[in-house]
Amino acid sequence: MQYFHSVKLNVKKCIGCTICIKHCPTEAIRVHDGKAAIMDERCIDCGECIKSCPHHAKYAHSDTLKKLSEYKYNIALPDPSFFGQFKEGENIEDILQAFLHIGFDEVFEVSLAAEIVAYIVRQKLQSAKLKKPIFSTSCPAVLRLMQIKFPGLLEQTTQVLSPMEIAARIAKDEAVKKTGIAYDEIGAIFISPCPAKVTEARQPITTKHSAVNGVIGAHLIYRDIVKNLHKGPADQEEQVQQRLFHKATKKGMSWGYLTGEPKSIGVGTTLAVSGVQNVMSLLEEIERGELQDVDFIELKVCDAGCVGGPLNIQNSFVGRVHLRGLIDRAGGQPSYYSEEELRDMYEKGHFESTEPILPRPIMTLDEDVAMALVKMERLDQITKELPGLDCGACGCPSCRALAEDIIRGTAFETDCVIKLRDRIKILAQEILYLARIVPPSMAADQPEKKEGT
Amino acid sequence: MAASDASTPQITLEFPIEEKDFFMAGESASRVKKILQQLGLGQDIIRRVAIIIYEAAMNVAIHGSHGQLEVHVDPVAIHVQTADEGAGIPDIEMAMSEGFSTASDEIREMGFGAGMGLPNIKKNSDDLSVESKINEGTILRATVYLNSVTSP
Repeated sequence: MQYFHSVKLNVKKCIGCTICIKHCPTEAIRVHDGKAAIMDERCIDCGECIKSCPHHAKYAHSDTLKKLSEYKYNIALPDPSFFGQFKEGENIEDILQAFLHIGFDEVFEVSLAAEIVAYIVRQKLQSAKLKKPIFSTSCPAVLRLMQIKFPGLLEQTTQVLSPMEIAARIAKDEAVKKTGIAYDEIGAIFISPCPAKVTEARQPITTKHSAVNGVIGAHLIYRDIVKNLHKGPADQEEQVQQRLFHKATKKGMSWGYLTGEPKSIGVGTTLAVSGVQNVMSLLEEIERGELQDVDFIELKVCDAGCVGGPLNIQNSFVGRVHLRGLIDRAGGQPSYYSEEELRDMYEKGHFESTEPILPRPIMTLDEDVAMALVKMERLDQITKELPGLDCGACGCPSCRALAEDIIRGTAFETDCVIKLRDRIKILAQEILYLARIVPPSMAADQPEKKEGT
Repeated sequence: MAASDASTPQITLEFPIEEKDFFMAGESASRVKKILQQLGLGQDIIRRVAIIIYEAAMNVAIHGSHGQLEVHVDPVAIHVQTADEGAGIPDIEMAMSEGFSTASDEIREMGFGAGMGLPNIKKNSDDLSVESKINEGTILRATVYLNSVTSP
């Protein structure tokens, strides 16, 4: 399988420092020939390397505003966390309006689709007898992490499409009805806080084809939006419609930060966990059969949730405060969709995932268990012989990872500087020994030479 | 432990467990889990072994003063053994029943000692033996066969 990845390396900026390899949760990066290299089959596009690289050599590939020229009619789908990027005092209508000034024809809040997801999950929690706890599917990096490291828990995901996907589908259907433009000529452009969602739109996990046509990183569009705030409605017609732009309620908007999901679902015992290390240790616990009394768990690889996404502008704490402020000022408006409409969406099942989330067993040493055991024996032996410093100078994240690479045939024991030094020491002793041996004819010239050297 | 035959590939993992070291149980379970994943074993088997290791190691940490956890993997089965120098179990049958626990109040306040340890191990293993001598200690041996498919 060919993997698409949003996370890429700027070779010019990479100095081969090995900082990123230590932060990668799936040990997907090696440094070879002085440059970082990402292993396609292991990368989950979480963006931890983007956050940790001091030289900004890692970046997320995404579309730009040029993408709009490919479609007749463009709809912006801003992520809930996008609204936390603006300074205190901004209001949501102004931000939504600004999208129209930079070339979009329509804006659809992903927060509104999040409310649909919340409704569906609530129904599932209340009706179906599911194996608990249930995990949210809104963070694609979490899903990919589970595919690799926690495949046994995949069946416990909500099996609902992501808010991004649902937003794109509804927005495009509505645009077809409203404008009469063909579905294929309508572009749904997601404004993303992270590389994981760029990848999700291109190579989705829960559905065959995504309705999202393009993804622009929040960092690439932020300045254009800021410049176009407070310009007011573009024309009379929009002035009338302006108030109708903003349809999401506080609940949907709060999906931008951690705890937004369980709060908007509003039933059962819930938990919200963010940060890739925290997510992994929680999933370990659940794999051992703990926390079965919890109904629903929100999991996000970024600290503080999507506001902590690597493509967002603000520090995650600031972003969270700003988003909260914005939500408070937005006031309480009633749900855009009626209870009947929501129930209809749930019962028709259009927003259920269509593809099973399959394991990605890339850690396996060999398909045959006996052979894998032979390799594991060697792996243990090599690991024991390595210094255990986990210094990273070999280009692998740990001594154990180097041992694995040696077993897989992609590295050598002498890649380890300590081992190399040991070998050089032995060689140096040998050279010294040989240097001291002189032919018998010259022995008299070597007064320091003693017998038995 | 299984008979060691030089020609059979096998690995043994050892973890010391000290009294009240509640972190070691989780840590050893996740380390073994990673290794079993690398061996390409089925999800169900990995999950069962992780539970057995966690519960057995917790038992040693709670009741066993100090002891040792050994995990042995060969192409046929995974053997988990814990040996401790604790107070021993006076009535093994009773200890196997759900909800029975002799854990101290202090331990219960920490959220452990619900009396589900041994029953949980029994549920998840294909073979289980517990030998115990009062004031000398307990040896637990649990086996999960690689070809066992039934999920308890």
